[in-house]
Amino acid sequence: MSVETTRSSFLRKYIFSTDHKTIGIQFLFTSLIMLGVGGLLAMLIRLQLGWPAHYLKEQSLVHRGFLILEKLLPGGFPSGSGIMDSGYYNMLFTMHGSIMIFFAIIPLLVGVFGNYLIPLKIGAPDMAFPRLNMVSYWLLPPAILTVCSGFFLQGGAAAAGWTAYAPLSTTLGPGQVCWIVGVIILGTSSILGAINYVTTIINLRAPGMTFFRLPLSIWALFITAIITLMATPVLASALILLLLDSTAGTSFFLPAGLIIDGVLQPNSGGQVLLWQHLFWFYSHPAVYIMILPAMGIASEILPVFARKPLFGYHSMVYAIMAIAVLGFMVWAHHMFTSGMNPTLGTSFMLSTLVIAVPSAIKTFNWLGTLWRGSIRLTTAMCHALAFVSMFVIGGLTGIFAASTPVDLYLHDTYFIVGHLHYVLFGGSLFGIFAGITFWFPKMFGRLLNERLGKLHMILTFIFFNAVMFPMFILGIAGMPRRIYDYTQYAHLAHVGGLNRMMSVSAFILGAVQVIFIINFFWSLFRGKPAGENPWQANTLEWATSSPPPHGNFKAIPTVYHGPYEYSVPGRKQDWLPQHVKG
Amino acid sequence: MIPQFTKILLSGWTKGIMLGGCLFVPTTAWAFGHSGVRVWLPENLSIYGKSIDGLFYLILWITGIIFALVEGTLLVFLFRYRARAGKTATYTHGNNLVEVIWTVIPAIILVFLGFQSQKVWSYVRGNPPPADLEVQVTGEQFAWNIRYPGTDGRFDTEDDITTINQMHLPVNQTVLVHLKSKDVIHSFFLPHFRIKQDAVPGITGHLWLEATQPANVEIVCAELCGLGHYRMRGFLTIESAQAFQDWLGSEYGDSH
Ligand code: HEM
Ligand SMILES: [Cu+2]
Ligand SMILES: [Cu+2]
Repeated sequence: MSVETTRSSFLRKYIFSTDHKTIGIQFLFTSLIMLGVGGLLAMLIRLQLGWPAHYLKEQSLVHRGFLILEKLLPGGFPSGSGIMDSGYYNMLFTMHGSIMIFFAIIPLLVGVFGNYLIPLKIGAPDMAFPRLNMVSYWLLPPAILTVCSGFFLQGGAAAAGWTAYAPLSTTLGPGQVCWIVGVIILGTSSILGAINYVTTIINLRAPGMTFFRLPLSIWALFITAIITLMATPVLASALILLLLDSTAGTSFFLPAGLIIDGVLQPNSGGQVLLWQHLFWFYSHPAVYIMILPAMGIASEILPVFARKPLFGYHSMVYAIMAIAVLGFMVWAHHMFTSGMNPTLGTSFMLSTLVIAVPSAIKTFNWLGTLWRGSIRLTTAMCHALAFVSMFVIGGLTGIFAASTPVDLYLHDTYFIVGHLHYVLFGGSLFGIFAGITFWFPKMFGRLLNERLGKLHMILTFIFFNAVMFPMFILGIAGMPRRIYDYTQYAHLAHVGGLNRMMSVSAFILGAVQVIFIINFFWSLFRGKPAGENPWQANTLEWATSSPPPHGNFKAIPTVYHGPYEYSVPGRKQDWLPQHVKG
Repeated sequence: MIPQFTKILLSGWTKGIMLGGCLFVPTTAWAFGHSGVRVWLPENLSIYGKSIDGLFYLILWITGIIFALVEGTLLVFLFRYRARAGKTATYTHGNNLVEVIWTVIPAIILVFLGFQSQKVWSYVRGNPPPADLEVQVTGEQFAWNIRYPGTDGRFDTEDDITTINQMHLPVNQTVLVHLKSKDVIHSFFLPHFRIKQDAVPGITGHLWLEATQPANVEIVCAELCGLGHYRMRGFLTIESAQAFQDWLGSEYGDSH
């Protein structure tokens, strides 16, 4: 064999692979790195919120820290006095939100678990369109580089929030333009992935794998892919219009008479609120793109470690469908104070309250699954339970925001920041940790260390709550979000101490993630060998070796049961795999 | 030998760290409880603030009870149904009756909340009561321009009175605010009135205010509007009708 062919086969196997498992793992490493980057930005945000200039004592420990940061990030501290620039702060939270949503949570849930699990769990040798799949991964790094390149450009990175409201977003520099282009690239990647998932799940199910024998994680990913296909093109179109408004002088979102930096703008005829309608028409369904797969993961893990069938399988599936349909009818609940007609506010309030019903159904069915189970508190199970308990807080606080009069007060305050972190960190991210812990042995053939895993889980749980719960209180006290320095407002004079406590907790929360990294890499090489089915689980991915070979199964399995036949009476073993007759 | 040793070490410090972590939260919570500062809703000064606060507390009670029930059940199940030797899980796929029950009950609660919210919403955001006074507020990067119509009662005439970041309102009078923006979106937020409304370029928004007692409070910009967003602060003085007229008079003198 010549050197040429070995090189090309290495490239094909690890870099430009069309194997869904390799692509899933590529998504895993890329998005975990971005999770780390987003986390570091959050630390800088908390540094500023804990010690705004007003509280910064000359030569105190924190002030010295700021002076060191000034050397590392000269763009962020232009004054030379160790004080962060307010424009830089705007870039920090904009990039934190954008990176977490577009490059961490969505690719982790959809890119990693969608790619890795769909063919394995439905009993297929690979995806329907392997090459399309490869393209969908390879659009991710350019999207990341484009969005993040803003930090190195004149004027800095995007700074209009992850929601990029016009006209602010059209008045900013090249970093904002890069943000728009990068998110368009990411949207393209999502659309390609979604086409692939839908086609694969419809066409490549193993014999006997009827729709109502699909594991819930697959149902969730299936519906998520359909939502992606319907919503993402709207985002892409809106972003293209925004790009034209920013660079080509069009006026889709810009009305006549704008005076920016003292200059009367030539635009006319645009509608500012149009951007918000288009953006939220995508982004509300997108919050379900960010939670449904995590719900699927939890529904998958709870039965395995309660050794009990999932409670209410059919209602769980119908609840996902209801969420998907209703999710397209609630977008303007983000716009109750935008100047939209108040009657429209009423209809969106009602649809939003209705969408809380399927969320409640899911929660009760998770509890039903635990009822009279035989619960094993493995690390994966602990993360799944954290998911359930934190999602409850996220969902319940959504009701405050859904009530239009209460939202008049709470909108754009820290209460909303608390709500979204309880659903996205408490919900999605704990779901992701649960999923990684659960499927790591399948991906890499070795188990993660349980002791380190639990240590990481419990500390993350405690410090997550210590950082995020006070946000509700700050919101109730009237602290606006996206604010660089809150100390000047009289009604916020006494929230400095609480903010500092949250910042300290945030630093600890960041630091304990090192345990996860150590566990990940240590177990990758030294972990206990997993064997085919370490959790004694039923679904098809556990019916092949760990990691599975190219083509996944020696022979395509035939499916005889639903996915959650645990503790079937009269059997010696308390699990009954889907491909085993009997 | 070495694995044995790391195991012991690990078990020691993992427990220690977990314990330390668990103690961190109650300790800081205790410290805050005893520091004497109350971080909660600011004082309410508007006529409709009471209804909004009432709704807030209603939802707080309902969600608080649901929260306690759900998380409590979760904890009880975790202890009661822990795996034990010789005990197996109950084989069941669910029950249609309980599915109906836990669909219908939340639905009823949410419909009830919808009705309660709608009452307050049409009060606050429905047709405003007849106005005693009208004010124009225009947001710009990074200040609030306040404009009073002057003696002719009409805007954009010779005798208008304009100020920057200084808003005065007479107590117990209905005030209609016309909201505009020159450049980007701002949001006119009065925490003590429990209201906020975006100032959107190209659109004139409306809201009404009625203060119930004299006070000095601040106007917050609640929508990110650029570099100086954090310092886009206005001042609102609520005073007696007489004091308000005097102030208008002196402002008129200053600007004409
Ligand atoms: C019971 C279900 C839920 C209800 C009733 C609900 C309601 C709401 C409402 C009304 C808002 C707008 C509040 C405002 O801006 O004033 C909001 C914001 C938000 N929600 Fe939810 N929500 C629910 C579940 C979720 C879930 C599952 C997610 C994500 C996984 C989510 C993510 C978000 C995010 C990210 C925002 C803030 C967006 C922003 O302005 O940056 N929510 N929610
Ligand atoms: Cu939403
Ligand atoms: Cu502002």
